[in-house]
Amino acid sequence: MHNQDQALIFELSTPGRIGYSLPEMDVPELDLSALLPDGYLRTEEPELPEVSELDIMRHYTALSRRNHGVDSGFYPLGSCTMKYNPKINENVARFNGFAHVHPLQDESSVQGALELLYDLQEHLIEITGMDEVTLQPAAGAHGEWTGLMMIRAYHEANGDMNRTKVIVPDSAHGTNPASASIAGFETITVKSNEHGLVDLEDLRRVVGEDTAALMLTNPNTLGLFEENILELAEIVHGAGGKLYYDGANLNAVLSKARPGDMGFDVVHLNLHKTFTGPHGGGGPGSGPVGVKVDLIPFLPKPIIAKRGEEFVLDYDRPQSIGRVKPFYGNFGINVRAYTYIRSMGPDGLKAVTEYAVLNANYMMRRLAEYYELPFDRHCKHEFVLSGRRQKKLGVRTLDIAKRLLDFGYHPPTIYFPLNVEECIMIEPTETESKETLDSFVDIMIQIAKEVEENPEIVQEAPHTTVVGRMDETKAARKPVLKYQQA
Amino acid sequence: MKHRYLPMTEQDKKAMLEAIGVSSIDELFSDIPEKVRFKGEYNIKAAKSETALMKELFNMASRNADLKSNVSFLGAGVYDHYMPVIVDHVISRSEFYTAYTPYQPEISQGELQAIFEFQTMICELTGMDVANSSMYDGGTALAEAAMLSAGHTKRKTIVVSDAVHPEARDVLRTYAKGQNLTVVEVPVKDGVTDLEKLKGLVNEDVAAVIVQYPNFFGRIEPLKELEEIIHANKSMFVVSSNPLSLGVLTPPGKFGADIVIGDAQPFGIATAFGGPHCGYFAVTTKLMRKVPGRLVGQTTDDQGRRGFVLTLQAREQHIRRDKATSNICSNQALNALAASVAMTALGKKGVREIAAANLQKANYAKNAFKEAGFEIVFDGHSFNEFVVKLPKPVKEINQMLLQKGIIGGYDLGRDYSELTYHMLIAVTEQRSKEEIDTLVKELGDLHA
Repeated sequence: MHNQDQALIFELSTPGRIGYSLPEMDVPELDLSALLPDGYLRTEEPELPEVSELDIMRHYTALSRRNHGVDSGFYPLGSCTMKYNPKINENVARFNGFAHVHPLQDESSVQGALELLYDLQEHLIEITGMDEVTLQPAAGAHGEWTGLMMIRAYHEANGDMNRTKVIVPDSAHGTNPASASIAGFETITVKSNEHGLVDLEDLRRVVGEDTAALMLTNPNTLGLFEENILELAEIVHGAGGKLYYDGANLNAVLSKARPGDMGFDVVHLNLHKTFTGPHGGGGPGSGPVGVKVDLIPFLPKPIIAKRGEEFVLDYDRPQSIGRVKPFYGNFGINVRAYTYIRSMGPDGLKAVTEYAVLNANYMMRRLAEYYELPFDRHCKHEFVLSGRRQKKLGVRTLDIAKRLLDFGYHPPTIYFPLNVEECIMIEPTETESKETLDSFVDIMIQIAKEVEENPEIVQEAPHTTVVGRMDETKAARKPVLKYQQA
Repeated sequence: MKHRYLPMTEQDKKAMLEAIGVSSIDELFSDIPEKVRFKGEYNIKAAKSETALMKELFNMASRNADLKSNVSFLGAGVYDHYMPVIVDHVISRSEFYTAYTPYQPEISQGELQAIFEFQTMICELTGMDVANSSMYDGGTALAEAAMLSAGHTKRKTIVVSDAVHPEARDVLRTYAKGQNLTVVEVPVKDGVTDLEKLKGLVNEDVAAVIVQYPNFFGRIEPLKELEEIIHANKSMFVVSSNPLSLGVLTPPGKFGADIVIGDAQPFGIATAFGGPHCGYFAVTTKLMRKVPGRLVGQTTDDQGRRGFVLTLQAREQHIRRDKATSNICSNQALNALAASVAMTALGKKGVREIAAANLQKANYAKNAFKEAGFEIVFDGHSFNEFVVKLPKPVKEINQMLLQKGIIGGYDLGRDYSELTYHMLIAVTEQRSKEEIDTLVKELGDLHA
């Protein structure tokens, strides 16, 4: 990374330069004002930049150098599964027959695309142990909302109109309560016990005739497998509620335990996590939802079905919750996920989880001496540490995260989950080598020593990045959300 | 198990197990109860080598009729536009596409600045004060605009024009169910929203009126008259707009829109069988703190240097949980980057030129159809789409056209029962005069 300020593209603009090449105007041109109603022909030009093609490439190349991706270096961001994004996925998604197909073409002209989607559904059904899958949701949170809307429709179809509450653990992702709220539910929190797992007693206390569902991530956001999953399922089902699986952490249990076998009724997956759709700087993702048989009628429409040798879009679903997204989901991301699954095969996916879990446990054991380990047991694909010991010396988890930047690492997730003080959540993934894990651990140990011997260097970090710590208060108090010419 | 994505060797594994203090990887899974443990391997297709898989998937892709090998007149919300080749070069830089949400601003300035520029360009095109960093697509952005309006006005009815994209209206209805909102549709008269009917529908429970500009039939909605009716009722004026058309159309912001949403797909984003595309969401300053999703703001670092951060996060799910303005987390960042590159390449002059070319070529095509004796339904001012009445079912005609390498227009009978045999034809700047003339001739032969 280089240290100079990178001008905004608007600041690089010079009237008279262009960066485009449009097709020839080969039809007779009419006066534009004759083609539009009075007052609808734009008179003020939008202030878009005027730059040459090289200017554009230099600008975005400079920006890319001010950005850290998985290809730049280790990215142990807990809960986000920042694994390697295979390049074959990118090539396949760019095949003309996938990238340049219109969603409203006649079904007969998109059989290849429909076949891919259908086969992806089949693979995800087997992987999750569910009975049917929709690929329509655009991301994890969108999948959560879709799943909850189906649960709502299910209860309502049973004449069960008073199931208005969704239970989430205190360690849940923020999207869980937010999605529940958008689906029209009230959220209730269930406590975790001293082992970091859902407190069964508390769950028994909060379930009831108003319970629509319990949303659970398993392993949970502490990286711990909910050992009492069958009892949990029994309690929720006994109360007439449904069990929802947040698939954010599926990378921990591929070929080891399927949500469908654990008693879950609805599952969403994050194809951009476990199945290597790249994160793209924050999207696009893809959030398919799988369901058990009694929820199939409520799936969003259309569903991709097979009739004989032909693949079709099935709209004839009278009990469907309706459409959750125009067209058929984030197809391009689904193509990447399918390519990945086909690259791995059954033995490959099994190895993915085994190495993801091995790596996390290895790092956890190496770091346990230097940072507090709040839950001392085998973790799954990620683990949490607490920066409590360092905090007593005046150094916060945020400082440790910023210090990691000086060594070229993306920091772990911090201050999440909320039930661990000064939380540091590390997820190495299976695609990292032992050398990478060791180097990172060595630096974490070095930082722990710095906290004791030279805390300022940590408190004032980062020292080597293109910018230092940002004034976020100023950003929020007087928001500047777009460029304005001086 | 050796795989190119899995670097651990047997030796590594042995050393790591030793360090952990277990004898096998299986031991690490001992906390999974026996009863739920999955034994063996998934019953899925075996792994394929890179070469074999590329070949298989290439063949699968080749079974689709694509827009590169065929000439497309299909639009209806997704368009075949000029894609500057540099777009793909920029979004293929893995510093962008392998990064996550820029929560660590010191090493994410590139992404943050790119989004800040995207927000600026969307504001410029729509004539609005504030734009967010993107939404999933135009359809869900429309539903979020309805929810924002309901929350802001404390009203529970959403009025939506029949000339809004049918699939976006479907999505709206699904979201409305979750929020217990009532959706009322206002009919179309002569191809645009029926103003008289609208006057009869607005009342003190109407949170928002949503129209599309240009509308689903390609027509230019009378935003000026709509604004007067909607604001007189203190409802929110929501406009769904194709941002590319705004190169030549007066922006909705100029007509007093409160929320402008839509899809940036026309700017450098592949049709990709319907997604991923890129929703955008723009509002007036007074709604800034109610916007869904991520916002990037400019600030300074501890040495006074300019920089960018995610801001006003108190609106978002990871802070506010069930009180958040939306549940959206991942958005369409990489596609917002693609749209930024395309908007940058087009620039101030190009965006007008491309929009004008759409207008000119579509108008030429419309007149050519008229001259060939076709009825243009809803004839009037339009952008790059128009409706033609045909003598046979659209599906049948499209199958015939595909034999000749033409992807025909949209079958309006799918959504509007009164419009069977009606085709919505899109003519973008990509279509040549010769291609247009060929289409008119092929369809004209049907009359014969």
